Amino acid sequence: MSTTDAQHSADLNAQTVSAIANLARLSLDDTQSAEYAQSLNKILGMMETLKGIDTDGVEPLKSPFDHPQPLREDVVSEQNHRDEYQAVAPAVQDGLYLVPRVIE
Amino acid sequence: MTDLHRLSIREITEGLAQAKFSSRELTEHYLKRIEKIDAHIKSYVTVTPEQALAQADAADALRQAGNANVLTGVPIAHKDIFCTQGIKTTAGSKMLDNFISPYDATVVAKGKAAGLVTLGKVNMDEFAMGSTSENSYYGATKNPWNLGHVPGGSSGGSASAVAADLAPFATGTDTGGSIRQPASFCGLTGLKPTYGRVSRFGMIAYASSLDQGGPMARSAEDCAYLMNVMAGHDAKDSTSMDQDVDDYVANLNGTSVKGLRIGIPKQYFNVAGLDADVKARVEESLKKLEDMGATLVEIDLNMTDAYVPTYYLIAPAEASSNLQRFDGVRYGYRCENPVDLTDLYKRSRSEGFGPEVQRRILIGTYALSAGYYDAYYVKAQKVRRLIQQDFLKAFESVDVIAAPSAPMTAYKIGANLTPVEMYLGDIYTIAVNLAGLPAINAPVGFDQDNLPVGLQLIGNYWSESQLLSVVHQYQKATDWHTKRAAIAEENA
Repeated sequence: MSTTDAQHSADLNAQTVSAIANLARLSLDDTQSAEYAQSLNKILGMMETLKGIDTDGVEPLKSPFDHPQPLREDVVSEQNHRDEYQAVAPAVQDGLYLVPRVIE
Repeated sequence: MTDLHRLSIREITEGLAQAKFSSRELTEHYLKRIEKIDAHIKSYVTVTPEQALAQADAADALRQAGNANVLTGVPIAHKDIFCTQGIKTTAGSKMLDNFISPYDATVVAKGKAAGLVTLGKVNMDEFAMGSTSENSYYGATKNPWNLGHVPGGSSGGSASAVAADLAPFATGTDTGGSIRQPASFCGLTGLKPTYGRVSRFGMIAYASSLDQGGPMARSAEDCAYLMNVMAGHDAKDSTSMDQDVDDYVANLNGTSVKGLRIGIPKQYFNVAGLDADVKARVEESLKKLEDMGATLVEIDLNMTDAYVPTYYLIAPAEASSNLQRFDGVRYGYRCENPVDLTDLYKRSRSEGFGPEVQRRILIGTYALSAGYYDAYYVKAQKVRRLIQQDFLKAFESVDVIAAPSAPMTAYKIGANLTPVEMYLGDIYTIAVNLAGLPAINAPVGFDQDNLPVGLQLIGNYWSESQLLSVVHQYQKATDWHTKRAAIAEENA
């Protein structure tokens, strides 16, 4: 382990990574969860630097230009491209996307 | 003519206008080079010879009819992050290996309207996440300067293709340095415009508040031609700003280096891990600018230690949201025999995404999750504002800020850096995206292994003309940008 790595650590383990993976709809086995826990801990360890920065009274910056969402007239401006867009779909029927049964 | 690939964009436009060669000849020339040389470099994911020749013929016909524009018939390579109608668009990922885009990105549509001929789609780190182009489903692209080294990333295919003369210029995108760093590693000029300058419509999203498309080419002049095509407000991109667009080519001599105040951030040149040769070349280039009449001003950028943690919280958080759309339902990879909807989502995503993408989705999901959102994500956004303010304060006393584009030259392929080591390599580029400022890389020499070194100039908002002009003046007085890798000198 390099010196840089030794300074960084957070406290995720395979279980917590598994829980995060579930939220993100990723499927990880136990080995992968453990591996990601290691690298995530080192990455999150870098975040400790931010704790030491005084951000009292500072507004979050979501985007370089805090401009309001541009608006336009409420008139139809687009055409229906469903057939073209569904040409690349894995499974469609009658203009609908097919997925495995959700409700038994 | 065997040397068509050695022409600048200006020379290409003049040659086409004066009928010294046709777009067809030029396109065939590049296609032959790609066929012979790209096997060694692997910069292209998809080459589109039929479409390219059809576009070239159409360009030649337009020219015959007297209806050609400046760039009608000039070939280009598009980073595989831009949707190209009827052409595979992969973002370097297995997730989109089967995705034939049904529409063109605005950048691509504007290119077509300008008469550009699409040679193909070039390789990149998967979903723009990486700094080496090794994170591609299609394998690593090689640096033309040394095939055992990476071209940088994520726009590594764009950089390699241009550096090996397999395209006269290329589009790239930059979220944390992905234009500037590969331009630096490959000896090219690359510009990340101000956030909002170039439309993101049809540009597969990584981090929506950081992403920006831009030109990569052999010189500031070449980049200016492409900027004239790419820049401009787009109603389909709500983050695209309605700002007047300059004529970047006309403005190339608009900013004099004489009297230019160049800020030199103390903290940047004290970064541990800044390679000695990189530091030397960058300092030599600054001395040259000083000889040309610029004033070097030492400045403080105090937020430097916060750059990497801030970026590597915000970008993955935004990515985790943007990549939710890849779920195996409407397009892209779908796993075999899903047992239920959750299984469809999970296996499609885990089988379709590579490890670095999954890693960043995990970081982002964690940073946004209940209980951590304020401590990580919101905190990072607050620090982001402080980083922006730090730059704006510097611009009160200087016109541009200078830095290396990367602390090192191109890594060896397979160097296997840890994620943290990789992320620290982005130290000079990421803050620029956090603030949304424009920045350019100019080639300024080589290290002792003959690998290119780049100088980065960061400008205030909307100052792309100034950045291009300063680099243009530098390139009129020096010749680093004219150097070519041995493989580029090969004929097809």
